[in-house]
Amino acid sequence: MTHDTTAHHIVSYGRLVTVWLALLALTGLTVWVAHHNVGIGHVWGSLAIACLKSGLVVTFFMHMKYEGRLLRWLLFMALVTLAIFIGLTFFDVLYR
Amino acid sequence: MNHAAHKDYGGAKLGMWLFLFTELLLFGGLFLLYAVYLSRYPHEFTAAGRDMHVGFGTLNTVILITSSLLAAMAVTAIQRNERRKVLFLLGGTILCAAIFLFNKYLEWSAEIGNGIYPNSPRLASGPPGESVFYSLYYLTVGLHGLHVLVGGTLLAVVAVRVKRGTVHSGDFVLLENGALYWHLVDLVWIFIFPLYYLIL
Repeated sequence: MTHDTTAHHIVSYGRLVTVWLALLALTGLTVWVAHHNVGIGHVWGSLAIACLKSGLVVTFFMHMKYEGRLLRWLLFMALVTLAIFIGLTFFDVLYR
Repeated sequence: MNHAAHKDYGGAKLGMWLFLFTELLLFGGLFLLYAVYLSRYPHEFTAAGRDMHVGFGTLNTVILITSSLLAAMAVTAIQRNERRKVLFLLGGTILCAAIFLFNKYLEWSAEIGNGIYPNSPRLASGPPGESVFYSLYYLTVGLHGLHVLVGGTLLAVVAVRVKRGTVHSGDFVLLENGALYWHLVDLVWIFIFPLYYLIL
Protein backbone atom coordinates (compact mmCIF):
# COMPACT_ATOMS: atom_id res chain seq x y z
CA MET A 1 0.00 0.00 0.00
CA THR A 2 1.88 2.99 -1.27
CA HIS A 3 -0.82 5.57 -0.83
CA ASP A 4 -1.31 7.54 2.36
CA THR A 5 -3.63 5.61 4.65
CA THR A 6 -4.10 8.40 7.15
CA ALA A 7 -6.72 10.10 4.97
CA HIS A 8 -10.04 8.37 5.64
CA HIS A 9 -13.18 8.70 3.66
CA ILE A 10 -16.17 9.65 5.79
CA VAL A 11 -19.44 8.11 4.62
CA SER A 12 -22.33 10.48 5.33
CA TYR A 13 -25.27 9.41 7.53
CA GLY A 14 -27.61 10.13 4.64
CA ARG A 15 -25.88 7.67 2.34
CA LEU A 16 -25.83 4.98 5.05
CA VAL A 17 -29.56 5.45 5.69
CA THR A 18 -30.23 5.22 1.93
CA VAL A 19 -28.37 1.88 1.82
CA TRP A 20 -30.36 0.72 4.87
CA LEU A 21 -33.66 1.58 3.13
CA ALA A 22 -32.50 -0.32 0.02
CA LEU A 23 -31.65 -3.34 2.20
CA LEU A 24 -35.10 -3.23 3.84
CA ALA A 25 -36.77 -2.97 0.41
CA LEU A 26 -34.78 -5.97 -0.86
CA THR A 27 -35.72 -7.95 2.28
CA GLY A 28 -39.39 -7.17 1.57
CA LEU A 29 -38.90 -8.19 -2.06
CA THR A 30 -37.26 -11.51 -1.18
CA VAL A 31 -40.09 -12.40 1.24
CA TRP A 32 -42.65 -11.42 -1.41
CA VAL A 33 -40.90 -13.51 -4.07
CA ALA A 34 -40.84 -16.52 -1.74
CA HIS A 35 -44.60 -16.26 -1.17
CA HIS A 36 -45.68 -15.64 -4.76
CA ASN A 37 -43.36 -17.72 -6.87
CA VAL A 38 -42.94 -21.44 -6.46
CA GLY A 39 -40.43 -23.49 -8.40
CA ILE A 40 -36.71 -23.67 -9.01
CA GLY A 41 -36.60 -20.10 -10.37
CA HIS A 42 -37.18 -18.54 -6.97
CA VAL A 43 -34.16 -20.33 -5.48
CA TRP A 44 -31.93 -18.44 -7.91
CA GLY A 45 -34.00 -15.27 -7.47
CA SER A 46 -33.62 -15.41 -3.67
CA LEU A 47 -29.88 -16.03 -3.99
CA ALA A 48 -29.53 -13.14 -6.47
CA ILE A 49 -31.29 -10.79 -4.02
CA ALA A 50 -29.05 -12.06 -1.17
CA CYS A 51 -25.95 -11.39 -3.32
CA LEU A 52 -27.23 -7.90 -4.12
CA LYS A 53 -27.85 -7.20 -0.42
CA SER A 54 -24.39 -8.44 0.60
CA GLY A 55 -22.90 -6.34 -2.19
CA LEU A 56 -24.53 -3.23 -0.68
CA VAL A 57 -23.29 -4.13 2.82
CA VAL A 58 -19.70 -4.76 1.64
CA THR A 59 -19.58 -1.71 -0.64
CA PHE A 60 -20.99 0.93 1.71
CA PHE A 61 -21.24 -0.34 5.30
CA MET A 62 -17.83 -2.05 5.08
CA HIS A 63 -16.33 0.85 3.08
CA MET A 64 -15.02 -1.37 0.27
CA LYS A 65 -15.91 1.36 -2.24
CA TYR A 66 -13.31 3.60 -0.60
CA GLU A 67 -10.58 0.99 -0.06
CA GLY A 68 -7.40 0.57 -2.08
CA ARG A 69 -6.60 -1.99 -4.71
CA LEU A 70 -5.06 -4.48 -2.25
CA LEU A 71 -8.22 -5.15 -0.23
CA ARG A 72 -10.40 -5.23 -3.34
CA TRP A 73 -8.20 -7.86 -4.97
CA LEU A 74 -8.04 -9.91 -1.78
CA LEU A 75 -11.84 -9.87 -1.53
CA PHE A 76 -12.04 -10.94 -5.17
CA MET A 77 -9.58 -13.79 -4.54
CA ALA A 78 -11.54 -14.98 -1.48
CA LEU A 79 -14.78 -15.03 -3.48
CA VAL A 80 -13.10 -16.85 -6.39
CA THR A 81 -11.75 -19.45 -3.93
CA LEU A 82 -15.24 -19.98 -2.51
CA ALA A 83 -16.68 -20.24 -6.03
CA ILE A 84 -14.07 -22.88 -6.94
CA PHE A 85 -14.95 -24.90 -3.82
CA ILE A 86 -18.65 -24.76 -4.64
CA GLY A 87 -18.16 -25.39 -8.36
CA LEU A 88 -15.83 -28.39 -8.00
CA THR A 89 -17.98 -29.94 -5.25
CA PHE A 90 -21.05 -29.81 -7.46
CA PHE A 91 -19.06 -31.07 -10.44
CA ASP A 92 -18.33 -34.13 -8.29
CA VAL A 93 -21.75 -34.52 -6.66
CA LEU A 94 -23.92 -34.05 -9.74
CA TYR A 95 -21.94 -36.26 -12.15
CA ARG A 96 -20.97 -39.09 -9.85
CA MET B 1 10.42 9.43 15.80
CA ASN B 2 8.62 7.53 18.49
CA HIS B 3 8.30 3.97 17.20
CA ALA B 4 6.39 2.73 20.25
CA ALA B 5 3.45 4.98 19.36
CA HIS B 6 3.46 3.97 15.71
CA LYS B 7 0.11 2.62 14.56
CA ASP B 8 -0.22 0.70 11.33
CA TYR B 9 -3.79 1.53 10.39
CA GLY B 10 -3.66 -0.23 7.00
CA GLY B 11 -2.05 -3.32 8.52
CA ALA B 12 -4.67 -3.56 11.29
CA LYS B 13 -7.49 -3.39 8.78
CA LEU B 14 -5.79 -5.83 6.39
CA GLY B 15 -5.47 -8.31 9.27
CA MET B 16 -9.17 -7.96 10.07
CA TRP B 17 -10.16 -8.52 6.45
CA LEU B 18 -7.95 -11.63 6.21
CA PHE B 19 -9.72 -12.98 9.30
CA LEU B 20 -13.11 -12.16 7.74
CA PHE B 21 -12.14 -14.16 4.63
CA THR B 22 -11.53 -17.25 6.81
CA GLU B 23 -14.98 -16.68 8.34
CA LEU B 24 -16.44 -16.40 4.85
CA LEU B 25 -14.96 -19.78 3.90
CA LEU B 26 -16.13 -21.32 7.19
CA PHE B 27 -19.76 -20.33 6.62
CA GLY B 28 -19.34 -20.93 2.87
CA GLY B 29 -18.50 -24.55 3.70
CA LEU B 30 -21.68 -24.88 5.75
CA PHE B 31 -23.76 -23.37 2.92
CA LEU B 32 -22.10 -25.79 0.52
CA LEU B 33 -23.10 -28.72 2.76
CA TYR B 34 -26.65 -27.36 2.75
CA ALA B 35 -26.68 -27.08 -1.05
CA VAL B 36 -25.34 -30.61 -1.57
CA TYR B 37 -27.87 -32.15 0.83
CA LEU B 38 -30.68 -30.06 -0.67
CA SER B 39 -29.90 -31.60 -4.06
CA ARG B 40 -29.84 -35.07 -2.49
CA TYR B 41 -33.02 -34.74 -0.36
CA PRO B 42 -35.16 -32.07 -2.10
CA HIS B 43 -38.52 -33.40 -0.81
CA GLU B 44 -37.42 -33.91 2.80
CA PHE B 45 -35.80 -30.45 2.87
CA THR B 46 -38.96 -28.87 1.46
CA ALA B 47 -41.13 -30.63 4.06
CA ALA B 48 -38.81 -29.61 6.91
CA GLY B 49 -38.39 -26.05 5.62
CA ARG B 50 -42.15 -25.45 5.70
CA ASP B 51 -42.08 -25.76 9.50
CA MET B 52 -39.61 -22.86 9.85
CA HIS B 53 -40.90 -19.66 11.48
CA VAL B 54 -40.68 -17.12 8.64
CA GLY B 55 -41.91 -14.36 10.98
CA PHE B 56 -38.95 -14.80 13.34
CA GLY B 57 -36.58 -15.00 10.37
CA THR B 58 -37.88 -11.78 8.80
CA LEU B 59 -37.92 -9.89 12.11
CA ASN B 60 -34.35 -10.95 12.85
CA THR B 61 -33.27 -9.92 9.34
CA VAL B 62 -34.66 -6.40 9.88
CA ILE B 63 -33.03 -6.23 13.33
CA LEU B 64 -29.61 -7.26 12.01
CA ILE B 65 -29.75 -4.90 9.01
CA THR B 66 -30.66 -2.05 11.36
CA SER B 67 -27.86 -2.97 13.77
CA SER B 68 -25.44 -2.97 10.84
CA LEU B 69 -26.61 0.55 9.92
CA LEU B 70 -26.03 1.73 13.51
CA ALA B 71 -22.52 0.20 13.54
CA ALA B 72 -21.67 1.88 10.22
CA MET B 73 -23.03 5.20 11.55
CA ALA B 74 -20.87 4.79 14.67
CA VAL B 75 -17.76 4.71 12.44
CA THR B 76 -18.90 7.91 10.71
CA ALA B 77 -19.65 9.51 14.09
CA ILE B 78 -16.19 8.79 15.52
CA GLN B 79 -14.54 10.20 12.40
CA ARG B 80 -16.57 13.38 12.98
CA ASN B 81 -15.52 13.36 16.65
CA GLU B 82 -19.11 13.01 17.94
CA ARG B 83 -18.36 10.82 20.97
CA ARG B 84 -21.79 10.86 22.60
CA LYS B 85 -23.36 9.82 19.31
CA VAL B 86 -20.84 6.95 18.96
CA LEU B 87 -21.81 5.60 22.38
CA PHE B 88 -25.52 5.97 21.59
CA LEU B 89 -25.13 4.18 18.23
CA LEU B 90 -23.00 1.36 19.68
CA GLY B 91 -25.56 0.95 22.46
CA GLY B 92 -28.25 0.59 19.79
CA THR B 93 -26.19 -2.03 17.95
CA ILE B 94 -25.69 -4.05 21.14
CA LEU B 95 -29.40 -3.74 21.97
CA CYS B 96 -30.24 -5.13 18.51
CA ALA B 97 -27.83 -8.03 19.15
CA ALA B 98 -29.61 -8.77 22.44
CA ILE B 99 -33.07 -8.64 20.82
CA PHE B 100 -31.83 -10.93 18.02
CA LEU B 101 -30.58 -13.50 20.53
CA PHE B 102 -33.80 -13.26 22.57
CA ASN B 103 -35.83 -13.97 19.41
CA LYS B 104 -33.51 -16.90 18.70
CA TYR B 105 -34.20 -18.20 22.22
CA LEU B 106 -37.97 -18.00 21.64
CA GLU B 107 -37.68 -19.64 18.21
CA TRP B 108 -35.45 -22.49 19.36
CA SER B 109 -37.61 -23.04 22.46
CA ALA B 110 -40.66 -23.47 20.23
CA GLU B 111 -38.80 -25.89 17.95
CA ILE B 112 -37.28 -27.91 20.77
CA GLY B 113 -40.73 -27.98 22.40
CA ASN B 114 -42.05 -29.58 19.20
CA GLY B 115 -39.46 -32.35 19.54
CA ILE B 116 -37.14 -30.89 16.88
CA TYR B 117 -33.54 -31.01 18.04
CA PRO B 118 -30.50 -33.06 17.00
CA ASN B 119 -31.04 -36.77 17.73
CA SER B 120 -34.57 -36.19 19.09
CA PRO B 121 -36.90 -39.23 18.95
CA ARG B 122 -39.11 -37.42 16.40
CA LEU B 123 -36.22 -36.72 14.00
CA ALA B 124 -34.58 -40.12 14.59
CA SER B 125 -37.78 -41.91 13.50
CA GLY B 126 -38.39 -39.56 10.54
CA PRO B 127 -36.79 -39.58 7.08
CA PRO B 128 -33.00 -39.08 7.04
CA GLY B 129 -33.20 -35.88 4.94
CA GLU B 130 -35.26 -34.13 7.60
CA SER B 131 -32.76 -34.81 10.39
CA VAL B 132 -29.92 -33.64 8.08
CA PHE B 133 -31.82 -30.40 7.48
CA TYR B 134 -32.29 -29.71 11.19
CA SER B 135 -28.73 -30.75 12.07
CA LEU B 136 -27.38 -28.26 9.52
CA TYR B 137 -29.89 -25.66 10.72
CA TYR B 138 -28.83 -25.94 14.37
CA LEU B 139 -25.12 -26.01 13.44
CA THR B 140 -25.19 -23.03 11.06
CA VAL B 141 -27.62 -20.84 13.01
CA GLY B 142 -25.98 -21.81 16.31
CA LEU B 143 -22.54 -20.86 15.03
CA HIS B 144 -24.00 -17.61 13.70
CA GLY B 145 -25.64 -16.95 17.09
CA LEU B 146 -22.23 -17.46 18.71
CA HIS B 147 -20.86 -14.83 16.34
CA VAL B 148 -23.65 -12.43 17.36
CA LEU B 149 -22.66 -12.96 20.99
CA VAL B 150 -18.95 -12.42 20.26
CA GLY B 151 -19.64 -9.38 18.06
CA GLY B 152 -21.90 -7.80 20.68
CA THR B 153 -19.24 -8.35 23.37
CA LEU B 154 -16.53 -6.92 21.11
CA LEU B 155 -18.59 -3.79 20.42
CA ALA B 156 -19.29 -3.41 24.16
CA VAL B 157 -15.51 -3.47 24.80
CA VAL B 158 -15.03 -0.88 22.05
CA ALA B 159 -17.79 1.30 23.57
CA VAL B 160 -15.98 1.25 26.94
CA ARG B 161 -12.75 2.30 25.17
CA VAL B 162 -14.59 5.12 23.40
CA LYS B 163 -16.01 6.29 26.73
CA ARG B 164 -12.52 6.23 28.29
CA GLY B 165 -11.14 8.13 25.31
CA THR B 166 -8.58 5.53 24.19
CA VAL B 167 -10.55 5.13 20.95
CA HIS B 168 -11.09 8.56 19.40
CA SER B 169 -11.26 10.38 16.06
CA GLY B 170 -7.47 10.12 15.67
CA ASP B 171 -7.26 6.39 16.43
CA PHE B 172 -10.43 4.44 15.78
CA VAL B 173 -9.23 1.31 14.00
CA LEU B 174 -10.56 -0.85 16.87
CA LEU B 175 -14.05 0.53 16.32
CA GLU B 176 -13.74 0.14 12.57
CA ASN B 177 -12.60 -3.49 12.87
CA GLY B 178 -15.34 -4.22 15.42
CA ALA B 179 -17.88 -2.78 12.98
CA LEU B 180 -16.39 -4.87 10.12
CA TYR B 181 -16.86 -8.01 12.23
CA TRP B 182 -20.44 -6.96 12.96
CA HIS B 183 -21.15 -6.46 9.25
CA LEU B 184 -19.86 -9.98 8.58
CA VAL B 185 -22.40 -11.31 11.10
CA ASP B 186 -25.06 -9.43 9.11
CA LEU B 187 -23.71 -10.79 5.79
CA VAL B 188 -23.91 -14.40 6.96
CA TRP B 189 -27.51 -13.88 8.10
CA ILE B 190 -28.39 -12.37 4.70
CA PHE B 191 -27.68 -15.84 3.25
CA ILE B 192 -29.05 -17.94 6.13
CA PHE B 193 -32.42 -16.17 5.87
CA PRO B 194 -33.35 -17.16 2.28
CA LEU B 195 -31.67 -20.60 2.45
CA TYR B 196 -33.38 -21.82 5.61
CA TYR B 197 -36.56 -19.73 5.82
CA LEU B 198 -37.60 -18.78 2.30
CA ILE B 199 -36.60 -21.00 -0.61
CA LEU B 200 -38.14 -24.24 0.65
